[in-house]
Amino acid sequence: MRITQGQFSYLPELTDEEISAQVQYALDREWPLSIEYTDDPHPRNTYWEMHDLPMFDLKDAAGVVKEINEARKQHPEHYIRVNAYDATLSRQTVAMSYIVQRPSEEPGFRLERTEDSNRQIRYTTHAYVTDVPTGQRYKQNQQ
Amino acid sequence: MTVTDDPKTEAPKTVKKKRDDAERFKSGVIPYAEMGYWEPDYEIKVTDVLCAFRITPQPGVPPEEAGAAVAGESSTATWTVVWTDRLTTHTHYQAKCYKVDPVNGRDDQWIAYIAYDIDLFEEGSIANLTSSIIGNVFGFKALKALRLEDMRIPVAYTKTFQGPAHGIVVEREYLGKFGRPLLGATTKPKLGLSARNYGRVVYEACRGGLDFTKDDENINSQPFMRWRDRFLYSMEGVNRAQAETGEVKGHYLNVTAATMEEMYERAEFAKALGSVIIMIDLTVGYTAIQSMAKWARANGVLLHLHRAGHGTYTRQKDHGVSFRVIAKWMRLAGVDHIHAGTVVGKLEGDPMATAGFYDTLRKDQVEVDLSKGLFFEQDWGRMGACMPVASGGIHAGQMHQLLHYLGEDVILQFGGGTIGHPMGIAAGAEANRVALEAMVKARNEGRDYMKEGRDILKLAAKSNAALDAALDLWGDITFDYTSTDVPDVVATPTQS
Repeated sequence: MRITQGQFSYLPELTDEEISAQVQYALDREWPLSIEYTDDPHPRNTYWEMHDLPMFDLKDAAGVVKEINEARKQHPEHYIRVNAYDATLSRQTVAMSYIVQRPSEEPGFRLERTEDSNRQIRYTTHAYVTDVPTGQRYKQNQQ
Repeated sequence: MTVTDDPKTEAPKTVKKKRDDAERFKSGVIPYAEMGYWEPDYEIKVTDVLCAFRITPQPGVPPEEAGAAVAGESSTATWTVVWTDRLTTHTHYQAKCYKVDPVNGRDDQWIAYIAYDIDLFEEGSIANLTSSIIGNVFGFKALKALRLEDMRIPVAYTKTFQGPAHGIVVEREYLGKFGRPLLGATTKPKLGLSARNYGRVVYEACRGGLDFTKDDENINSQPFMRWRDRFLYSMEGVNRAQAETGEVKGHYLNVTAATMEEMYERAEFAKALGSVIIMIDLTVGYTAIQSMAKWARANGVLLHLHRAGHGTYTRQKDHGVSFRVIAKWMRLAGVDHIHAGTVVGKLEGDPMATAGFYDTLRKDQVEVDLSKGLFFEQDWGRMGACMPVASGGIHAGQMHQLLHYLGEDVILQFGGGTIGHPMGIAAGAEANRVALEAMVKARNEGRDYMKEGRDILKLAAKSNAALDAALDLWGDITFDYTSTDVPDVVATPTQS
């Protein structure tokens, strides 16, 4: 499967050049960029790990792409996403978020159902990959 | 109504100034303007509620008197002088018409500006606000027609309302979806499906790439599908789709019912099933909407409002209430989503008027812009924003126009444009999502996406068969009709 979180998951993977154009769009609006990674793709996993602090003072798209590649090198089998943040009053939230790296295999999720009374069912979305401890997931786990 | 056909009560041909108290309170009938409801020198207070009414007086009635009559009848006045006014500081409670402007190109119509003191209104009550402002005056005989065009709600009054249960920012954070419009679809056919078949549509549309599916306004609890069954099967579809995609999904479960007790029961069940969102129709009434907005905030469930019935009073330009006023009331009342027009779809929607609705729902500070029908500035005082929903006859081939006209904080709802796809519902959903992401990407890259829209879509379709089929089928469908509700300043034809 392919998880479809983020702005561009239905498009072919973005090239570094395309990522750079998206970064430039954010920089033009004074939205600082940040990079996050995870090996827990659950849709309710809000807090991916931060690859360093948000780049508040970096104004150069090439520098951001370089940092993305650094994150890829450090976490070759994690999901990596790039966020842009809009600190404008009345906004003060994420303005952009898109995935720039995925594990080579995405095993997906199991839907667990607990049958309750009156035909009700309690649902839990379970990522297969989280059956093993963090750090040993994806390819590391399969080798 | 309070005015008789007695010739003695006929309005004067010219407007006289306000009378002094001895003259003002002589028993009998005197023109509203002379009672103090016309006050051209009035200084607006920051706490005043302001209204702009489009008035069409009966022949011979001066616009100032007609405006004064509206001010009078929507505040303290009745048709004759009453001495009990003198037991109050009546000048404080009287609304004041302070300006009448002629309408461009019409010799029988004016915009009357009226100021109301904040003391006239109960805190946090749309019902009370509207009973005053539109309660009595719309049947007034001295006017041929009357339309409430816009209102300025002072911050002091705004702050007495809850506002959106969550608002756009919280909704996006709750769903984990940023940087693009959201996608939805209304389940079709809107009537007749069994609950089991209905849930199939929910599942396929959400798994294919939509963020939401939706009950239609008239899906409540009919013999062919009772509400509880619909909720159970829809949530099976939602949860399955979530597991298939790793993305948060939702279905607007319509809890509209005959009584508040039944609505609460349905909302509680939706919450118990883990639904992120419920839905109500405008037909339930302002008080019920405010109650559900309180429930939605207390229970962490998003609240979607379908504007069922609004066309009966918002569409005609001469008479009724503009949708921008309804939009303002509904943001105060506290809904998270509201249908607000598509510009390019099958339903009424001039681009500039629609832009005015969207500004009203989304911005914190709204500036005066007559080209958008915005007669007043509006300071929302950091009240959360309402997510506008664009629904009705839109399809993937219009994606560049939708993004251009409606922007990013909007839910694009493709009902037929998803479910009618020749390769199936999931393919229809996928086509919409691919088209959307391709268009957002192109916009961010700085391309002239309005001009190059079709090329951008065609290129994206080369690597996506679902979009390719959608463009083949619907690429040339447009709805080119002249809008009836357009601002007076400019009329821009919709580009299709």
